[in-house]
Amino acid sequence: MPEAAAPAFIARPDGWQVLKRNRPALIALGFLAVLSLIAMVVPMLLPEALKLTSSESFVPPSKAHFLGTDVNGQDMLYRLLSGARVSLGVGLVGALISLGIGTLYGMISGYAGGRIDGVMMRTVEVLQSVPRILFIMILIAALDDYMKGWIDGWRLAAEKNGWTDLAKDVSKMKAYTKVLVMIVSLGLVEWLTMARIVRGQVLVLREMTFVTASRAMGQSSWGVLRRHLLPNLSTIILTYLTLTIPAVILDESFLSFLGLGIEDPAASWGSLLKDGAQVINPLESKWWLLVFPALLMAASLLALNFLGDGLRDAFDPKSGE
Amino acid sequence: MLPFLLRRTFSSVIVIFCVISITFVLARITPGGPFDTDKVVSDQVMKAKLARYHLDGSPWSQYTAYVSAIIQCDLGVSTKYRDWRVSELLRQKLPNSFVLGGLAFVIASCAGVFLGALAAMRKDTWIDHFAMFGSLLSISIPSFISGPFLIAIFALWLGWLPVGGWGTVSQMVLPAICLAAPYIAYVARLMRNSLLDVLKSDFLRTARAKGLSETQAVARHAFKVAILPVITFLGPLAAHLLTGSMIVEVVFNISGAGMIFVNSIQNRDVFVLCGAVIVYCVLLVLFNLLVDVIYTLLDKRIKLYA
Repeated sequence: MPEAAAPAFIARPDGWQVLKRNRPALIALGFLAVLSLIAMVVPMLLPEALKLTSSESFVPPSKAHFLGTDVNGQDMLYRLLSGARVSLGVGLVGALISLGIGTLYGMISGYAGGRIDGVMMRTVEVLQSVPRILFIMILIAALDDYMKGWIDGWRLAAEKNGWTDLAKDVSKMKAYTKVLVMIVSLGLVEWLTMARIVRGQVLVLREMTFVTASRAMGQSSWGVLRRHLLPNLSTIILTYLTLTIPAVILDESFLSFLGLGIEDPAASWGSLLKDGAQVINPLESKWWLLVFPALLMAASLLALNFLGDGLRDAFDPKSGE
Repeated sequence: MLPFLLRRTFSSVIVIFCVISITFVLARITPGGPFDTDKVVSDQVMKAKLARYHLDGSPWSQYTAYVSAIIQCDLGVSTKYRDWRVSELLRQKLPNSFVLGGLAFVIASCAGVFLGALAAMRKDTWIDHFAMFGSLLSISIPSFISGPFLIAIFALWLGWLPVGGWGTVSQMVLPAICLAAPYIAYVARLMRNSLLDVLKSDFLRTARAKGLSETQAVARHAFKVAILPVITFLGPLAAHLLTGSMIVEVVFNISGAGMIFVNSIQNRDVFVLCGAVIVYCVLLVLFNLLVDVIYTLLDKRIKLYA
């Protein structure tokens, strides 16, 4: 146990200042904020006619359709932005779920120590040697069938009671179950790194005098974890959250590209790219279907990586230079 | 060394066993059996079909039947591709994936180490900035974006290379580059940071003091130490590249192991699915073991404790 009074905060106190001086990270943050805002607001403002399928398929970018139309005659700008909504949403919520699991797991493992810690960390190692993407796929296939079954059950129940409106709404929901299933499956698989990092930090923190002091004052283990350890972990959790989001987005679009993820009528960057890649041919180039989703996705991932690197430089004392 | 190898092999077998169990159980408890998409048949016929593959009875009996088959090195029969054994299916498709992954591995490790070392030796010059920005960019561009663009540019527009397929060397160039690109970046970043650390150390100051040029100092002394973290990364990298080529296989229309895996999930082809998972897991475990062994050979200070 350390004799000298240790500082209450492990993170370098000037972390935020380091971040503020990191111009690429700030630009990235701004870009992401603007993009999220646009993805949320603009689809609501677009005229309804644009959102529907029409006979005008594969129209190149023009005044009526800024980014052209796709195979179903839907406006690409609308598809792209609703895709951004889904991709960013799945990334954020999936990463938050994995953050919740990972933080709780890491905190318990690190704070309990001893044999519990050993067993919990061996488990993480076993799970890490499992091919991750395979498991997400199997999990998605399993959960999706259950969800679809439940929704069919609700629809039948609604029809039986004569609630036709409700039955219609429920069957509309069916198209979007994949989004929920993706969020849950990705969240359930991506928490391992977070758990290891949080555990490592807790191992250091629990030896600090302020922890000893609060335990001496009769604080329960849970209270120590929540009141004293969690605040000290917040910056490192934030950092790895930022690095988990692009990983989740990549996995989501990977699966959607293979046709195992988001399906029509819902869209994500991955499913849009799948549609775009299917129509490249030498005779008639439909470049707008490929170029716009590719640009937006690459730019977002780049921004998230810049931001994550910036945060890590600012807050993770163990990383790199 | 031997006790270490034994213990690692033992724990690897347990890991693989756990993974097989989870996969099999997940595949079997999900609604939708392997024959649901076939034409509708009577319950009796369906039962007979399931019984042929030992997929009738309680989940527990199915599981024990499968595990006992695995122990006898029998991966089972595909339920989708009639009369195909899983082992035959894998033997036919895996080589393509392995060649592709192997090529990408060579490209990623060589180019990554070279670029990383160059960036570290020219730290804070435009070469360094360019290499580091480029690597962040290529990490941010997944293969399903770069693949179609490579095809559009080099195959359709310039007409230098074929669009897809597999067999000739020219058909391998684009897929291998596409698969390797993000990993070049990971290796380069790792190599740069590790070499920068080593360049600050005392033994390198000595090397410079005795009159070696910077290049000689790096080549003779720093490189050997700086490469160690990269080698730790090469194990998972090899496993990823040999097994993770699904997207590239889809984009370039290569018939490899990734395709069978994706199809087996959609077809509920449980034995093919488990077979592919086993192959992937064994590879992953094997490469990690290999890395640990290479590590001790390179750095005499490290001793292996299991």
